Amino acid sequence: MLVKTKFLLYTAGIAALLTLTRCFYSDKQNEGEQLYTQYCANCHMDDGSGLRNLIPPLAGADYLENHRDDLACIIQHGQTGNIVVNGKNYNQGMPGFEHLSKGQITNILNYVQTNFGNKNPRFSIQEVEKQLFKCRHLLEH
Amino acid sequence: MNKNNLRLYLSAALLGLAAFAWQSCSSPAEQAGGLPYLGERQLVQREVDGQQVTDTVYHRIPDFAFINQDSQVVTSLTVQDKVYVTDFFFTTCPTICPKMKSQMLRIYEAFEDDPRVMLLSHTIDPKHDTVAVLRDYADRLQVNSDKWQFVTGEKDSIYSIALQYMVSAMEDEEEPGGFVHSGAFVLVDQNRHVRGIYDGTDPVQIDRLLRDIPTLLPKKKKKDAGKN
Ligand code: HEC
Repeated sequence: MLVKTKFLLYTAGIAALLTLTRCFYSDKQNEGEQLYTQYCANCHMDDGSGLRNLIPPLAGADYLENHRDDLACIIQHGQTGNIVVNGKNYNQGMPGFEHLSKGQITNILNYVQTNFGNKNPRFSIQEVEKQLFKCRHLLEH
Repeated sequence: MNKNNLRLYLSAALLGLAAFAWQSCSSPAEQAGGLPYLGERQLVQREVDGQQVTDTVYHRIPDFAFINQDSQVVTSLTVQDKVYVTDFFFTTCPTICPKMKSQMLRIYEAFEDDPRVMLLSHTIDPKHDTVAVLRDYADRLQVNSDKWQFVTGEKDSIYSIALQYMVSAMEDEEEPGGFVHSGAFVLVDQNRHVRGIYDGTDPVQIDRLLRDIPTLLPKKKKKDAGKN
């Protein structure tokens, strides 16, 4: 009896552990997706659809093509002021993510550019580096 | 079977039960046919025909008065005889608020034509979120003020009513955006009793909330609403 119940508890424990580790398991390949989920999905939503006229969409957004050269700086330093995405005005303000490295920003951007139905060219880390160089004066230190 | 064995056995059984409940994603009370009354309750003794009877007095949201996006006063009378869902947010929230609002929109859309259901969102940053800011926010969400009220007011009254709804909200400079708050949606019935608390960022819990709301609405009217 004792052995049986212990066994039950152990299996339950192991099952719980497995579920937990699955959640935290990190894989270089989908770092972009994970970072997106962690830092962007709260606002832009898991499917990149945005929120009505408050948060602009990333899915099918013309902005991603028209302002390709600004994207790395937008992620690093945020954005304020009115912008137009797919013909609609947005003016809510996005916070910057100064702690993200250029590698992480590259991965996020590539996730955005190739998901939600988007088929935009990918970014290289050099391209991101070049963009960030333009807005380096915005860095606090 | 000795005591130890029994304890082990029970905990295993409980664990299994918990897992099952979690799996089926519905509260035990729902299965029993009604939503629970949340919050502290008091037992009040009174005498009826010389007999002692005990009444249970459930936790009830006290009277309140706030100002909405149209500069109108919103009070407990505004929600009288309504089932409402309430939350706490701020317009410049860098974290969970947009997700909460996208889930709240699902509720808005499901009950858009049912005047018995209302939504009430409180800002926890009244200094920034003035009537004009809330007006702009509601406009950009494209929602109607009769159905979805965005309210502001005295900071202290907002924070103290949050406690009554059993939701945490406070200022904290360490937190992103300057506030700690939970993403909870609170379901309140016609008598201002709290009947459910849901994670407003989790679509699965909001699925459940969407199923729970109709159980609080009078049966007869529900059929009428279906016909319209
Ligand atoms: C707090 C909410 C919020 C978060 C978090 C957020 N954004 Fe934004 N984002 C916005 C808003 C609001 C705008 C529009 C800014 C404006 O009006 O100037 C925007 C604009 C953008 C734009 C340009 C417009 C468009 O739709 O193409 C991009 C690209 C973008 N965000 C990507 C991201 C990425 C990638 C992340 C995660 C690293 C992120 N955002 C995190 C709210 C947010």
